Amino acid sequence: MSDFTSVFWDYFVAIITVVSVVGCGVFLWSQSKRRVKVGAGPDPDTTGHVWDGDLQEFHNPLPQWWMWLFYITVVFSVVYLILYPGLGTQFKGMLNWTSSGQHQGEVKAAETRYGPLFASYLKMDVPAIAADERGRQMGARIFQNNCAQCHGSDGRGSRGFPNLTDSEWQWGGAPDAIRTSIVEGRKAAMPPMAAAVGGAQDVEDVAHYVLSLSGASHDSVRATRGKEKFAACAACHGPEGKGNPALGALDLTNKTWLYGGTVAAIAETITKGRAGVMPAWKGSLSDAEMHLVTAYVYSLANPGKAAASPPATK
Amino acid sequence: MNAVDEGRKVEAASTAATEQAEAVQSLYAKRVEIYPRAKIGDRLAWFQKWRWATVWITQIVFYGLPWLTWNDRQAVLFELVARRFYIFGLVLWPQDIVFLTGILIIAAFALFLFTAVGGRLWCGYACPQTVYTEIFMWIEKAFEGDRNQRMRLDREPMSPRKFARKAAKHVAWIAVALWTGYTFVGYFTPIRELGAEMVALQIGGWSAFWVLFYGFATYGNSGWMREQVCKYMCPYARFQSAMFDQDTLIVTYDEARGEPRGGGSRKKSRAELGLGDCVDCGLCVQVCPTGIDIRMGLQYECIGCAACIDACDHTMQKVGLPKGLVRYSTTNAVRNHLDSHAMWRRIFRPRVLVYSAFLLAITTALAVAMSLRVPLKVDLIRDRGALASETEDGRVENSYRMQVSNTTEARRAYTISVSGLPGLTVASETRFEVGPAAVASIPVRLLADAGQVTPGSHKIAVEVRADDDPGVAVRETTTFLGLRR
Repeated sequence: MSDFTSVFWDYFVAIITVVSVVGCGVFLWSQSKRRVKVGAGPDPDTTGHVWDGDLQEFHNPLPQWWMWLFYITVVFSVVYLILYPGLGTQFKGMLNWTSSGQHQGEVKAAETRYGPLFASYLKMDVPAIAADERGRQMGARIFQNNCAQCHGSDGRGSRGFPNLTDSEWQWGGAPDAIRTSIVEGRKAAMPPMAAAVGGAQDVEDVAHYVLSLSGASHDSVRATRGKEKFAACAACHGPEGKGNPALGALDLTNKTWLYGGTVAAIAETITKGRAGVMPAWKGSLSDAEMHLVTAYVYSLANPGKAAASPPATK
Repeated sequence: MNAVDEGRKVEAASTAATEQAEAVQSLYAKRVEIYPRAKIGDRLAWFQKWRWATVWITQIVFYGLPWLTWNDRQAVLFELVARRFYIFGLVLWPQDIVFLTGILIIAAFALFLFTAVGGRLWCGYACPQTVYTEIFMWIEKAFEGDRNQRMRLDREPMSPRKFARKAAKHVAWIAVALWTGYTFVGYFTPIRELGAEMVALQIGGWSAFWVLFYGFATYGNSGWMREQVCKYMCPYARFQSAMFDQDTLIVTYDEARGEPRGGGSRKKSRAELGLGDCVDCGLCVQVCPTGIDIRMGLQYECIGCAACIDACDHTMQKVGLPKGLVRYSTTNAVRNHLDSHAMWRRIFRPRVLVYSAFLLAITTALAVAMSLRVPLKVDLIRDRGALASETEDGRVENSYRMQVSNTTEARRAYTISVSGLPGLTVASETRFEVGPAAVASIPVRLLADAGQVTPGSHKIAVEVRADDDPGVAVRETTTFLGLRR
């Protein structure tokens, strides 16, 4: 109602509504009879309407009960307007009904219905839910609605969004670490490192060294030069480039590349830095929902621990 | 005085009215009860037999169908909650709504065709309103007698005898109505379970509502409303005139032969008295379920039930005159004295031929579509979040989600295959199973060698084939995106 803050509009709506209802009743009453001239003029058996010279409209009256149906609609609208808020916001209606109240009632009904089910899963630990067919499916549905937009419907992520189905974890793959990522969210801060490393050539040298860590094809001469500059990176990624889940520093020795595994892509990462963000879901999802999603994500990366199950079936 | 005359009555205005005699006329009229006479001769008359035949056929089908079993389930069941329509071996899904559309179009064109040829055949013989009114009037006759007894009974003051008869009639009506409501709901929820719930008084709120609602509608429409439904409420009765023409078969009174009407005398022949064949027995008016006089010509109230034909033929036979004074004929035939051969030949007129052509075309199309229907539905949706990604070994990966609906009633295994790009393979599971009449959501990952895929979009096809029947296969086209570097 923000557009109609003036009380004027309440009365505007109320008056039009009341006049319409009363008008319908008066119209019905006035149109249920007609005056006819006896003896002169058109035959009272016809309405007096003539088309095409000879086509007459006969007077075929409706049954009496039909008229009462019309009056019942008038009575119905009066009763409705007394019970429900149909006359602007000044009169709330005797039932005090609101659309938000109805919505809250439905939410409450859903909670009483599904609450016990969610509560029972909240008591189970993550690997147990991952092995439970129904719990996994519930988690999968929550995942599809909330997580798949970034991580993909199969959880395999894409550029900039981690793959959740492999064994590599930016922030740790234990149940508690996954839950923390979901509940609190994560902010990865890879700063722009170009200044610390040196010039553009030095950055590419480091990129070649990073590629060498995972055994990818690289220029070994440039990699050797880059190894010296890598000291600046070791603070977070470790001297061996193994990464640090506590900081969200990626393991550079595996073959997964969040932002691309070419020299150009790695050089861009070093030059400009990267800021990956996982939003916090507390507040949006309930504890039980987050718990179920944790279990589903856990099951994606640990298919052996979750019971082999057929695809979700509706 | 019938209902129409009642309304046309002009009430005299107050005595103070001027000489210019003005009067007030109500535009609504009190309904006047109609007491159609059922008994015409000793036996059922010809068209009466036809009407009872359609009553029996339609009601045996309606009341009997929900009790048949097929594949260990109700043979005909429209499960609205699960959105599955079972019709014997056929399982229809919401996606099959086009078949329902086809059936409705066929029904509409069949109605047009029958109306153009034979007038209100549907109204007179097959419409539920007519059929249930027929059943309810039969019950009424069993308790209160035929036309004259019923009129006498209604004029009598209330007495224990009158009350008992009326009450018994309503109890019987309500029983039939409730059974009708129960049967109707039994098409949408398993009828045996519904029956058990009703006996145990554990019926669900909505089921109870619809049983009572449909029962009430049956009781009200067939017991109380009757011809008023046809006269004031039915839209078909109103647009039928668009399908009528001068060559449409209607119930007609042969005015040239019948008039002037009169009782005649034993001493003089009708010809000597200058009388037509109508002996004015009034039977045609007494049997009419809508209370009209067919001798006034075609009227909008006439539902084409042919009761007056039966009545007139009976009288003609009795007085020794030829039958057919009231008969199925066309406006053209009566006016131009066409013989029956000339009248029937006029069936092949453009209107009828066009309706027939449409009916035939749509029936054929529906039959072909039904026979080519594959009991498998596949919907392939690209993941929107990720266009394409690169795998550890440098290949290009696209992800999809596939909805597979198994519309048979047995668990089935399927295999996925892809085509459209050299070296394109399915990286996810290629084989999966879907339960009976169930939907599965399958993640599909496709891989292609980076060297084979140029950046941009490529048309590919994914085929899902049932393992046990290669004829059950669906091909879905989609796009595979190459990486931009």
